[in-house]
Amino acid sequence: MTVTEDRPSYKWVGTRPIRHDGYDKVVGKARFAADLNLPGQLHAAILRSPHGHARILSIDTSTAEAMPGVKAVVTAADFPALDVGNPEHDVAMNLMARDVVLYVGHALAAVAASTRAEAQAAAAAIEVEYELLPVVLSLDESMADGAPLVNDDNRTAFSGSDEPSNLATVTPLERGDVDGAFEAADLIVEREFDTAWVHQGYIEPHACVVDVGADGKADIWASSQGHFRVRSQTAAVLGWDTARVKVTPAEIGGGFGGKTTIYLEPVAARLSEKSGRPVKITMSRDEVLRATGPAPASKARIRIAATNDGELTAIDGWIGYAVGCTNDMAGFIGAMSVASYRFPNLKLEAVAALTNTPKSAAYRAPSAPQAAFAIESVIDEIAQLLEMDPIDLRLKNAVVEGDPTAMGSPHPRIGFVECLEAIRDSDHYRSPVPEGTARGVGSGFWFNIGEQSSATVNLNEDGTATVITGSPDIGGSRASMALMAAEELGIDVYRITPVVADTESVGFTDVTEGSRATFATGMAVVNACRELIDQLKTRAATILGVEADAVDWVDGAAVAEDKDPLPLADITAKAKSTGGPLTVTASLNAGGAGPSFAVHCCDVAVDEETGQVTVLRYTTAQDAGTAIHPSYVEGQMQGGTAQGIGWALNEEYVYDDDGTMLNASFLDYRVPVASDLPMIETIIVEVPNPAHPYGVRGVGETGIVPPMATIANAVSRATGARLTSLPMSPPKVLAVLDDR
Amino acid sequence: MRYAAPATVDEAQTLLSDNPGSQVFAGATDLVPQIRAGRPSPSMVVDLKRIDRLTAVTHEGGQWTIGAATPTADLTRNAEFTAAFPGLSEAAGLIGSDQIQNRSSLGGNLANASPAADSVPALIANAGQAVIASGDGTRTVPASEIATGPGRTSLAEGEFIIEFTLDDPPAGTGDAYLRMIPRTEMDIAIVGAAVRLTIADNAVSEATVVLGAVAPTAVSVPDAAAALVGASLNGGGFDDATLAAVADAASAACNPIDDKRGTIAYRQRVAGVLAKRAAAVAAERAQNGA
Repeated sequence: MTVTEDRPSYKWVGTRPIRHDGYDKVVGKARFAADLNLPGQLHAAILRSPHGHARILSIDTSTAEAMPGVKAVVTAADFPALDVGNPEHDVAMNLMARDVVLYVGHALAAVAASTRAEAQAAAAAIEVEYELLPVVLSLDESMADGAPLVNDDNRTAFSGSDEPSNLATVTPLERGDVDGAFEAADLIVEREFDTAWVHQGYIEPHACVVDVGADGKADIWASSQGHFRVRSQTAAVLGWDTARVKVTPAEIGGGFGGKTTIYLEPVAARLSEKSGRPVKITMSRDEVLRATGPAPASKARIRIAATNDGELTAIDGWIGYAVGCTNDMAGFIGAMSVASYRFPNLKLEAVAALTNTPKSAAYRAPSAPQAAFAIESVIDEIAQLLEMDPIDLRLKNAVVEGDPTAMGSPHPRIGFVECLEAIRDSDHYRSPVPEGTARGVGSGFWFNIGEQSSATVNLNEDGTATVITGSPDIGGSRASMALMAAEELGIDVYRITPVVADTESVGFTDVTEGSRATFATGMAVVNACRELIDQLKTRAATILGVEADAVDWVDGAAVAEDKDPLPLADITAKAKSTGGPLTVTASLNAGGAGPSFAVHCCDVAVDEETGQVTVLRYTTAQDAGTAIHPSYVEGQMQGGTAQGIGWALNEEYVYDDDGTMLNASFLDYRVPVASDLPMIETIIVEVPNPAHPYGVRGVGETGIVPPMATIANAVSRATGARLTSLPMSPPKVLAVLDDR
Repeated sequence: MRYAAPATVDEAQTLLSDNPGSQVFAGATDLVPQIRAGRPSPSMVVDLKRIDRLTAVTHEGGQWTIGAATPTADLTRNAEFTAAFPGLSEAAGLIGSDQIQNRSSLGGNLANASPAADSVPALIANAGQAVIASGDGTRTVPASEIATGPGRTSLAEGEFIIEFTLDDPPAGTGDAYLRMIPRTEMDIAIVGAAVRLTIADNAVSEATVVLGAVAPTAVSVPDAAAALVGASLNGGGFDDATLAAVADAASAACNPIDDKRGTIAYRQRVAGVLAKRAAAVAAERAQNGA
């Protein structure tokens, strides 16, 4: 670990206790979404479109309804038709097609029956008449003149136009004199890139159990990245008051952005309402791959101008994202991703366009990896042509506090330079490149966000504490919340019980996205603890018989002059006589989420006869601000890197001409297996975020941004051939080597 | 679907003849996923692993007998077997994961008739013979004659493989199996190549080259074998011309398909690469063992 700035010394923050939920997870006691079963529960199956784009002429469910065990059948007719402008219109349309199916796998009916087999048989017996419509599968097809419309409901966002369009967003950015800079340049490198659709690949398929009672209230048990969003989306899709819906968060088996939206809960709710029984829906892996959000495929053209001494003077680029069947902010977000270097002159257009493929969903730093692959590859090529060390080139141009982001506003305090220096000074980078291998570097960042969080901290009679939040624990956040509370209160971390509570037992908390949980929910915990400490000091003053402002809080005890320290447990024991229970709820809308930068370095070997790339050594340095629980920071760095290596080397959706995914299983959609990866070495860089009481920066997403370029840059140095198309699968690598 | 676990070959034959539509299984590592993927369930499944003869491994009188349902983990763990047939052992050890290895078998791998079956090219390269329960008795055919196309075999209704026999390799023999997968495990071969060769007087006297995953069944490549026979080993390895001839013959023998796992051109190309590399490994083993 590298600590780059002075900071207070902490007793608990920065330590590595065993996570509070570890035992349950190790022994299999933890309950994930599919683990709940209720008495009388029905199982549901979903009928999905076999066509990439078709009008639904008729749906006949009469045969299915009469089949054995069938208790309820629903179609879009069972849901309110939301207006096109409704924020949840696309979610509603995606979980139950109305009039038109937009991709192979699009749900259009669901059956609840006594057994899963009965439900599946009945779903298969639903008769649907389709009128086939043209299928648009790629960015080029979508943006071609006269292209058929992917989705009649789509309007280009921010355009003001009410005309249906295949364009989701168009985001132009410009500053300085780009043409002049290219004319004056010593060196110009221009390349085109493309990347494939990739899935988040969480191990736990989507699942839920929903019980709608005779009073019309829905009890939902589901795994998600935010149960308050499950509640709001479910209520919106059903046209219900939010108060009718209670969501209890199950443990989550991975989300990576893909569980920030819903697919099943309103369907299960309607089936439960119609049948009067609890309804369980569990997706198969095949359904997960065919019908839940991948990250967009992309194309890019990037041109960068440089001087002979390595100053990057201008960037001119275009990046396009194929976002699937509904509008998506991928292009808008992607436009922000060019902010790692100063680029005095910049012209960039980022576009997102629709395709007849699944509605894309967030995936770890959504849209940044595609852009970083292109830009970091071109920058590496400039370093090669200038014969400059690729880290020196980046150091020369890296943004620091005050430099403009892509949108023009200044960067806050950031740690890009510190991460570059950490890799430059690492054992890995300083060691000779082994014979038969080559080394690449790459970088990336993610802005992170704050948003709304709530936390309740209850002090118990014996001085233990319960910390209740509304952020699902997707990356060790229970342990992080407990560590921050332990630091504030001055008690042992194991005397704190961190709890993730349901939507009726904790204040509103936004979905976990933008790496916000430890930052924003952690800040709510700290605020609640600080308010509790104020109360504790007041209670202590009463007990000690001193003025309240004469009491300090030091190391878990109230301290006043000429008095023995009064430990927390002695105060909570007297809560009844000093004013009642000690409990505080803090809520906030957090600002100031600091960007997290990372720099990666890897050694690869390329089998020039088969095109196979093997990653032999990998090191990542990332700015965590302050690592609350370093093991889980390292886990996020390693996990993001592993997913990035998969994106780089083998992961891709393979479609036939009609939009049917041909590799909808983990056998043929090739995420890396353990033996594919070296130990991913981690260097935590700590440039504290001034906006957080402990300096936290979210770390969950940045790790997936640099790997694709890092590996491509190493392959380029190994072979002399520039890889510009992902995945760098063996056949594609071999073809590029042939063209050298 | 009914389940039966006979204790003898006779019992199994009776069950199969009395129950039309029944199907045997050994590890069920193909059968269960196929049923889950929607293939119609057999009326009865007959578990062959409870028959002692089908999981016995013996080495007597210059011949190995391998029960067709023997877990491949038992073969890869068997030091004497692995020393005799290192290529077949390593091929058997590539089927699925460690957990699958405790269930998967040479008989199941062959009778499932996947063109990509890992153990089949090495079994054929070692001239394995299949002893088949047939009617009231048995018949014996070369392992190469079992699979006739993807998912299709020459086994008649009610027939199943009891065991394989392999003659002790002559002195100076080595075998090897290599496969191409885009990952390092948990994947299915895009190309597989098995080579067995025997070296006498510093030159190849016999050779067999068999490819997997590049045609509807595993294919022997006599031209590649011919390129090896007579080749001398100067200082240990084959010369470039020999290796190039092996690779060219292997590539030419491919009749692959384009699918989600690999393209025709890539499979042809890599079949040549793996054939020459397997030949080099087999030669090294032949020399070290000699």
